[in-house]
Amino acid sequence: MAHSRKATLTAYLFLTPAMVLLLAFAFWPVGFGSYIAFTQYNLIDAPVWVGLENFRELFDDELFIGSLKNSALYLIVVPVIQVLAILLAVLVNNNLPGIKFFRAAYYLPVVTTVSVIGIIWNFMYNDDGALNAILRWLHLINEPIGFLTDDRIALFAVMFVTIWRGLGWYMVLYLAGLQAISADVYEAATLDGANAWQKFWRITVPLLLPTILLCSIMSMLAAVKAFEEVQIMTQGGPFQSTYTALYYAYEFGIKSLNFGRALAASLVMSVICMLLAWLNFRYLQPKNP
Amino acid sequence: MSQAQTMPAIAPSSATALQRGLRSARLRRIVRRLPHYLLLSVLAIITVYPFWWTLVTALSTTGDVYSFPPPLWPQDPSLVNFIEVFDTIDLLAFYKNSLLISGATVVGTLVICSLAAYPLARMQFPGRKLVFGAIIATMILPAEINFLVNFITVSKLQLTDSVTGVVLPNLAGAVGIFLMKQAFEAVPQDLIDAARVDGANEWEIFWKIMLPLAKPALGALAILTLVTAWNQYIWPSVVMTSPENFPLSVGVQYLSGSFSFKTRVVAAGAVLTVIPILIVFLFTQRYFLRGFDGAVK
Repeated sequence: MAHSRKATLTAYLFLTPAMVLLLAFAFWPVGFGSYIAFTQYNLIDAPVWVGLENFRELFDDELFIGSLKNSALYLIVVPVIQVLAILLAVLVNNNLPGIKFFRAAYYLPVVTTVSVIGIIWNFMYNDDGALNAILRWLHLINEPIGFLTDDRIALFAVMFVTIWRGLGWYMVLYLAGLQAISADVYEAATLDGANAWQKFWRITVPLLLPTILLCSIMSMLAAVKAFEEVQIMTQGGPFQSTYTALYYAYEFGIKSLNFGRALAASLVMSVICMLLAWLNFRYLQPKNP
Repeated sequence: MSQAQTMPAIAPSSATALQRGLRSARLRRIVRRLPHYLLLSVLAIITVYPFWWTLVTALSTTGDVYSFPPPLWPQDPSLVNFIEVFDTIDLLAFYKNSLLISGATVVGTLVICSLAAYPLARMQFPGRKLVFGAIIATMILPAEINFLVNFITVSKLQLTDSVTGVVLPNLAGAVGIFLMKQAFEAVPQDLIDAARVDGANEWEIFWKIMLPLAKPALGALAILTLVTAWNQYIWPSVVMTSPENFPLSVGVQYLSGSFSFKTRVVAAGAVLTVIPILIVFLFTQRYFLRGFDGAVK
């Protein structure tokens, strides 16, 4: 097909606003950010090239190593969130009376701003808060647990909030996956005398595998990149025990204006994320998609 | 399974018999599923109870905030805590800022994404595949770098502490362009050909045929964008430096940071922050609960 010059021009006129914005706020950051990672830059003076100095400082900094470890530890949320989300999706994949209410209830945290979630969970985790009250009532503890004040526990308390607020999101994705499975398959299995358990493991799980793969990748990347909950609930404390890699970048960049170090940390995380995504696709891809 | 299938196959002699039959069938169905409902309820309590506790605390006026056992219903309910929120911080300004940021983000996103999607969906021009590929590629670009560099960019453009600074980086999104492209691709070619015969140019086709026919997709994109923009926290908290420019999400955090000793007032502030978006959510659930499938249809 021949393209008239005018038609081409028109097409690009339509595309210009989006292209300008994407260049400025999506592509430019990758190039400029990678460059800044090798410089010393504080927003005011011009960037000064320092080579690998930022990366050397980064890996000499125990705080960053600890942050990386915490980000790796954060991956525990992935299996928990995926298993629970599949369970939720299976439970709400029907037309029972009131099921819409339950779907909405599970989705509530997803449409709540993270700042309010932080506030609510600060209430829940308080020494005299609901969680400690319930545990004491069950006689599981005598002294209140310092969910956000005990440096051995705080990171797990923050992780729990990540799970709590993410469940509904993955539930919806799994629900869509479940509804794509034809009812005929289940009917045939029922005729062959399969019970619910067999149907779940022999039909649901294999046919849901592409969704499981997609959700696991999304969830893994979100887990290693987690930092909003940390910023809101603990600011990295107590005793810097809840620093994650991106929270470290946030602190050094936005708070201390040490953009060289911050972007070096971000760049390390980007490489880790790309590696994770690649590994997933390489080894978890279903054999017969 | 539809409800009709499980109804008793009877020919009722009167309306009451039918009603009774319906009710008992419904009841039997619910009773049979009791364990299922029990499990659903336990899980719902886990997701809803923290919200409920906050609402009860905000409405209560007497007793310890953290009493044991936690009250399930408000004690001496009144709205004084809500009124005190307005006395403590300029909540109306936060509402106004949130509306401004969300409104600008929605309008800008709809305009920019549909403009970009039209040629990608319906025009032939050199570089089309490349441009579309580049737009999709932004989805896998490392967002954690964007955040810091966009802060540098916005500072250099002297857009900190402005609505423009918060909104601009969020307008052109691959998801929005993709959604609109799919909607435009579904428009029948005959309509476009007929308009061309009548002498319409590309702009007229876009404005008079494409956009009206893509209303469902525009609506879906608007709602998803609205909720995302209203709820975003970190980015506006970084761009907005003076409290009078804070959107609600940042303002309520400011309230809880500065007045944490007023637990009931902070709880009331949290309730006032989520109420508008929860109302939007309750009326537009299908856009969220069906995933992208529901958004396109």
